[in-house]
Amino acid sequence: MSAPLALPEEFADLAQFEDWALETWRERYEKRLASTVDEMQALYDAITPRIEEILSYCDRHDLADLPDDVRNLMFLLFSLCEASLPVEVWRQPRVPDSGAADLTMVAEPRL
Amino acid sequence: MAHFPKPAEGSWTQHYPGLGTGPISYRDSFDPDYWQQEIDSIFTKEWLCVGRVEQLSRVGSYFTKEFAWANRSLVIVKDQGETIRAFHNICRHRGNKLVWHDYPGEETSGYCRQFSCKYHAWRYALDGSLVFVQQEEEFFDLDKENLGLVSVACDVWEGFIFVNLDPQPSQTLTEALGDLATGLAGYPYGEMTQRYSVTSKINSNWKLFIDAFVEFYHAPILHQQQSTSEEGQKLAAFGFEGLHYELFSPHSMVSSWGGMSPPADPRMVKPMENFLRSGLFGPWDKPAVVNNNENLPPLVNPSGHRAWGIDSFLLWPNFMILIWETGWYLTYSYWPDSPSSHTFESSLYFVPPETSSQRVAQEYAFSVFKEFALQDANTLEATQSMIETGVVDTFVLNDQEVLCRHHHAAAREQVAAGRRPDSYPWMPAEVSA
Repeated sequence: MSAPLALPEEFADLAQFEDWALETWRERYEKRLASTVDEMQALYDAITPRIEEILSYCDRHDLADLPDDVRNLMFLLFSLCEASLPVEVWRQPRVPDSGAADLTMVAEPRL
Repeated sequence: MAHFPKPAEGSWTQHYPGLGTGPISYRDSFDPDYWQQEIDSIFTKEWLCVGRVEQLSRVGSYFTKEFAWANRSLVIVKDQGETIRAFHNICRHRGNKLVWHDYPGEETSGYCRQFSCKYHAWRYALDGSLVFVQQEEEFFDLDKENLGLVSVACDVWEGFIFVNLDPQPSQTLTEALGDLATGLAGYPYGEMTQRYSVTSKINSNWKLFIDAFVEFYHAPILHQQQSTSEEGQKLAAFGFEGLHYELFSPHSMVSSWGGMSPPADPRMVKPMENFLRSGLFGPWDKPAVVNNNENLPPLVNPSGHRAWGIDSFLLWPNFMILIWETGWYLTYSYWPDSPSSHTFESSLYFVPPETSSQRVAQEYAFSVFKEFALQDANTLEATQSMIETGVVDTFVLNDQEVLCRHHHAAAREQVAAGRRPDSYPWMPAEVSA
């Protein structure tokens, strides 16, 4: 078995969501489409009550030079951004009535 | 009843007599002959935005642009003198595509010292001149001086790179931009280098997506669910009214309210928006470079309304710049692939974040934005498929859709003239000084 996802000690319990620690938007979007609302709700419920604490922890590090464990935490926050819309708004993984519409990411900021 | 004042004529539309108020035909959005006329009289004659100077960060940086609708491929590059140039992407030897990667039809970008053809290694300097011919002595009377890359008109305005496929453009870029050239100048576009760019193939005519983005009449309805339920119902009941519309034919603009960042009451927005201080209108905390919007370009927020949220400018024919009250900007481009399809490109530009919180706030703004874009994109396919049935051939447009009416009319005028017309029947005559 591989080592659990590296995360700051305070947030080690979030390692259960390691599948969501994804570097690119495309990977996060596909993870969202492949997940159930319940799965996304679990991610949402685990992070949002502590989000202020998580953000202020990340803010104590230089954004240009994040240690790996903080980077992973940031990826979980990015996935939360993606998953929050199905949880808070749609109650389904896809945007309703979006049919076959899709977007290709041409350029995105990387951590 | 109007919540925001309209012009003395009683409506934005009638402020431009000659634009008319009657129903319009959408045959111009699926007829193949008309589409070809648009290509010939508009797209191959006008200045077209292909990107930003930040995409060409150093000497030798390049990107390609595929204009399949005109059967053209371009390469845009920063040369040794740091001038940005555009060339047709064809080798002068036997016509191979010069710059491509794996798939000749796909756009690419990168960095090089010289362009080298994959076929026989002819090499071109960044300024297009031919500098190396393999086995040159085998050729007959080779005039290398006259075998440089074929250049394409290229110019830069406020960091936006434009090209013009017309070998002899009838206007300079500044002339073509008209009032917008100075009216939109001075915004700190160059400071907003944190870019998210997406593209999508859309099964609708290029004008239909512009129609969707130059009116916000649809926003409270199509996107109602994206607000909290109470707020969504309130917005739908209120409807939409623009703060200001203005034509700079063939360009146009709409100014919209939406100053909800941060909202008066946190219950008006989704929990995530409160957690991250961000949403569709962007991160709530303005970057310092916008100086609290005290130095906006002259044409931005013309009504000066305290609820101002966003201005959308259509830079004729197919490029939009949206400037948000929260201190970032968004661009859209629409490339006509066929009468009933186009390629949509959108880029969000933010000031580079200094903290992780700012970084996450921008990520969330992008996430929300693309939900709206996906909804809009699919609705267009539904529209395109039905107007093509011809069952109904005229459609009614309201006053909040004045820019849709105008955009189709401006295209008709240009198709009729075969080039950009000198004047438009709905615009007041230029007053000479």
